[in-house]
Amino acid sequence: MLASAVSVFTAGDNLWRLLTGLGVAMQIALLAVFFSLLLGIPLGVVMTSRRRVLFLAARLYLDAWRIVPVLVWLFIFYFELGRILGIHIDAWLVSVLVFSLWGAAEMSDIVRGAITSLPAGQVESGRALGLSNWQLQRYVIMPQVVRRLTPAAVNLVTRLIKTTSLVVLIGVVEVLKVGQQIIENSERNVPSASFWVYGLIFILYFIVCYPISRLSRYLERRWVG
Amino acid sequence: MKQLTFAIALLFTLLAGSLAWGGSSPDDLRAAGKVRLGVFSDKPPFGFVDSNGKNQGYDVYLGKRLAQDLLGSADKAEFVLVEAASRVEFLTANKVDIILANFTVTPERAEVVDFTKPYMKVALGVVSPDGSVIRSVDQLKGKKLIVNKGTTAEIYFTENHPDIELLKFDQNTETFNALKDGRGAAVAHDNTLLFAWALANPGYTVGIDFLGNQDTIAPAVAKGNLALRQWVDQEIEKLTREGFFKAAYDATLKDAFGASIDPGAVLID
Repeated sequence: MLASAVSVFTAGDNLWRLLTGLGVAMQIALLAVFFSLLLGIPLGVVMTSRRRVLFLAARLYLDAWRIVPVLVWLFIFYFELGRILGIHIDAWLVSVLVFSLWGAAEMSDIVRGAITSLPAGQVESGRALGLSNWQLQRYVIMPQVVRRLTPAAVNLVTRLIKTTSLVVLIGVVEVLKVGQQIIENSERNVPSASFWVYGLIFILYFIVCYPISRLSRYLERRWVG
Repeated sequence: MKQLTFAIALLFTLLAGSLAWGGSSPDDLRAAGKVRLGVFSDKPPFGFVDSNGKNQGYDVYLGKRLAQDLLGSADKAEFVLVEAASRVEFLTANKVDIILANFTVTPERAEVVDFTKPYMKVALGVVSPDGSVIRSVDQLKGKKLIVNKGTTAEIYFTENHPDIELLKFDQNTETFNALKDGRGAAVAHDNTLLFAWALANPGYTVGIDFLGNQDTIAPAVAKGNLALRQWVDQEIEKLTREGFFKAAYDATLKDAFGASIDPGAVLID
């Protein structure tokens, strides 16, 4: 039983192909996380703005990414841009782009929520102590905001990692697709191949996502103290 | 949200219809020195990726020969891995030149792509566990039937037997796993695929081996790409005459279907 399971992974380059697939998924996810933070944090601050135009623009952006499924966005950027405008972007790049823009939208809402959840008294007390606007942000608001948004942000990161499996529909082969290719090709000799392959993919995702959630718990605890 | 998604889909369909891409002619492809072929990567024995990461199968075998005859080398075939649910988009958005992903010819699809002469024929089949083999459509009433989204099986049952509850998946792997887990009573799919699957998975029988219309499977090119379509048409006629498809069957399908299946069930005379 175990020998046949091992044979699924030792045949040809199978194990290496799975790891390469995981690499593709992680590359897309980590680049998307980076751009999500870069774009999402300022966007979240904008969403707390009292200027109506700015607020509405940010809100519209968030709703567009939230209402339209990510898969549809992948199709729009990969197929429709090519069909209508003749712009051909590499499928991998489209994946990074779409996941970054989606991540930024979700991140902005997390940041907005963290900022508005602070009691108004915090700002007023800060002002009463004579803090400047910058000092108020730096020493009173931001430290609390970062602490409050960490759990939701970590949740978003693991969500981004797991959702990358959609990119196969525009032709990007990531770990889950490699797994399915291996299953379909091995099942004749090893009928239980799907169990072993999905099992390994489960472990791979776990190895990637677990440290991230541990890190978040560590940070939360450290910052509370 | 459903309405919005629908509206967006409609908008793009209209735009797509008005701005159809003409496609590359055989001369364009010769100038480019490559031809992009859309194939499956997880549908043995037609299109799959072997353990060394190489494309293999009946569709791929034909693709290599097309590249050989068009560009002088089988290595000039660039295989693009497609999914059943996005095959048409790859073609209409100019991401591939020819779709060879075991594409069944239907009137609906012929409105958005141009099919060439067929290289295979197929009907629907239904596979179920040995203990409770489904031998007629009537036996499916009140049970769950598993199908792939976007396939002829889904279309056939939705149109002709709307009373049978369908359980739908995007990927073959999920579809057959659902059958193994007992989440449905049977899987409806192309009979050729089911012959191969039942042979590889003891304990399952293709209880219905012929259902619906006798369909054909053909390469597809972009709508309006007459030059490439004519080239592929002539090529398929030539290959049929020289017995290429019988050789392709022996090389890629015979082992997978088993000796009990007549090649005539699949090949076009």
